[in-house]
Amino acid sequence: MFETVLLIGLVIFSLSLLLCLWRALKGPTLWDRVIALDSFGLNLIGFIGILMIRQSTSAYAEVVLVLGILAFVGSVSLAKFLERGVVIDRDSH
Amino acid sequence: MIEILISLFVLSGSLLSLIGSIGIMRLPDVYARMHAATKSATLGVVLLILGTFTYFLAEGVFSLQLLITIVFVFLTAPVAAMIISRSAHRNGVELWSQTKHDELMESYPEHLEPERDNEKADNS
Repeated sequence: MFETVLLIGLVIFSLSLLLCLWRALKGPTLWDRVIALDSFGLNLIGFIGILMIRQSTSAYAEVVLVLGILAFVGSVSLAKFLERGVVIDRDSH
Repeated sequence: MIEILISLFVLSGSLLSLIGSIGIMRLPDVYARMHAATKSATLGVVLLILGTFTYFLAEGVFSLQLLITIVFVFLTAPVAAMIISRSAHRNGVELWSQTKHDELMESYPEHLEPERDNEKADNS
């Protein structure tokens, strides 16, 4: 029963990852792609979380943490770069 | 008993993530998609990592990395969404054609107005 629930969760997360990938490939503007990649990273965290329960190992905990940090830093730096052409600007707020 | 709780966490988390992704695919413009992505996907992932944390806690392993992940995702996902949508708005990404009110445009000082208003002013 528990195995079935975990498999259903894996299938739902795969569907959700495919939808995010579709929007990242198709998206009309660049910001659509940034949002889709951010959400892709979050869904990848969930996928790996289910894999951790399924394989009953806590070895992937660092992977989950690093993926979360990378998703945040990546989308913020991409958004700042697309806004002004620089990542850190000292002139404005 | 603990497995029922973890199953509830896993099912609700994955369903919320799926709803968020359907919103990313179906909604009409960047700002609405940002809304869908940042609300339901964040709550779904936080619930699922909470389920994982509960599973390892029941097995006797206290995983601090998972707790830090929950706090980090909960704090940073709204910030990232706000920065992305402000960047899109400043670069003049079009709103949906049926949008009634653009409140961010009114709060701009003069020197921060995006390009599209200058173009409209020149054309008219």
